[in-house]
Amino acid sequence: MKCECCQKAEATIHLTQVLDGEVKKLNLCQTCAQENGIDLNSPISITDVLLGLGNQQGTEQSKESPAEFDLSCGRCQMTRAEFKKRARLGCPDCYQAFMGELSALTQAMHHSRQHVGKIPARQGNEARFSAQIAALQKDIETAIAKEEYETAAALRDKIRTLKEQVPSSESGGPNDA
Amino acid sequence: MTLDDMVRLHGSWLEAGTTEGPVISSRIRLARNLEDYCFPGWASEEENHAVWKQTAAIFKDMDSPFMNWSMSDTSALDKEILFERHLISQELAQEDDSCGVFVTPDERLSIMVNEEDHIRIQSLQPGLDLQGAWEVADKIDDALEAKLTYAFSPKLGYLTSCPSNVGTGLRASVMLHLPGLVLMEEMDPVINGISKIGLAVRGMWGEGTEAAGNMFQISNQITLGRREDQIIAHLEQIVLELIDHENNARIRLMNEKSLMMEDHIARARGILSNAKLITSGEALNLLSSLRLGLDLGKIDQFSRRDLDMLFISIQPAHLQKLENKELKPDERDVVRAAMLRKYMKSATNNSE
Repeated sequence: MKCECCQKAEATIHLTQVLDGEVKKLNLCQTCAQENGIDLNSPISITDVLLGLGNQQGTEQSKESPAEFDLSCGRCQMTRAEFKKRARLGCPDCYQAFMGELSALTQAMHHSRQHVGKIPARQGNEARFSAQIAALQKDIETAIAKEEYETAAALRDKIRTLKEQVPSSESGGPNDA
Repeated sequence: MTLDDMVRLHGSWLEAGTTEGPVISSRIRLARNLEDYCFPGWASEEENHAVWKQTAAIFKDMDSPFMNWSMSDTSALDKEILFERHLISQELAQEDDSCGVFVTPDERLSIMVNEEDHIRIQSLQPGLDLQGAWEVADKIDDALEAKLTYAFSPKLGYLTSCPSNVGTGLRASVMLHLPGLVLMEEMDPVINGISKIGLAVRGMWGEGTEAAGNMFQISNQITLGRREDQIIAHLEQIVLELIDHENNARIRLMNEKSLMMEDHIARARGILSNAKLITSGEALNLLSSLRLGLDLGKIDQFSRRDLDMLFISIQPAHLQKLENKELKPDERDVVRAAMLRKYMKSATNNSE
């Protein structure tokens, strides 16, 4: 069996994972396994185990495009393999670069993908705006569920007015990513 | 104040010694990073140096005084002292360049720079007071944020080097003395139960340390998707339940195994008063028995404050600092035993 990553060398490492009841297999050669941060000798931390979830997604993509494996952060040059090996990110922008696996990872670790806590005072205007819109959107859903359409319409208008007041914050909506 | 003076004092967060019961202290940790720099473990030396310089300048300008230790100018022994006093982590103690710690004179607030994250704020309070610890941490966090641009995303919150801290960057923990549950052999199910509800149980000195002296730290694992006050309230609720469990276990010990308990405490006194060699692990367990005896009213000649201080001062680096010389492990066991004999003698004499 050939390595699924480089398609050249013989695969000697066979990983099996059960995700949502579905069995997925990944066959790699020694070199590709190491390059992708799979170290069979090192002790496994909870982060490593959970990173495996992200890895699974990477595997699916890799079947179509092996180049995905070389994904790296444009700012600090940390590669996906290095991130997985160290279980630590390189810089704040890595969260953007590795969004795919991090999304699965934070969901598994924290059962959430959305911050709701403290917002820094000086730089948090955009975040506070997003939080306000998100809260209003939630209220709209509740109103619709209760068939209170007039309330929902009023809330929708409120969101519109808010967005007109701050036209520059369109990009940072809470439901991005 | 120098470390030579500090080792003779106990950190004021240890003043829980004055109240009885299982709670020792409460701790809040906040992880923060600067937007413009790579995380410390991945950054270049120049970047780390710039972060260190920038933060040091801010602390210099603060109204309230901070003691500070740069790891490059701190001896291995002094780093160990800071670790034993819970002011720095084992990780920071192993580093040298462009990192260090800022500590208030009462040792209740410490800020590590360039550990796993650029900034790690730690606020400690005696007893069960997570809210008090949070208020102190929140305030210094605001003061730092006024001068530094944090890495923050509206979606993921405070961005941290490890995704396990992302969001609030908050780790709240409570240190508990749980000899009743240990003696009743009920600690394993408790640990299992706690880990199922998203909390972690660790030893006295945090990650990777064993629970010597029946001391346990309970902390939150989830940092994203919950507000700080929710995280704190949840932990506090579980801690209060644990305290109930511990108190129940103590009552059952007294009712069902009274003689065993008295024997246990008497043996601890006997060994601490007479041993010529004692390891820190054994000493911690015996001090734990005395502390329990005190809580149960079985003995009264010791002060909780002194016992709690001994938990720290019998540690290897503290012993060496107090003796003012480097000691090998077997030499430490001799000095430790002598220190404990001396304390036991003075405590017994004072009460007579």
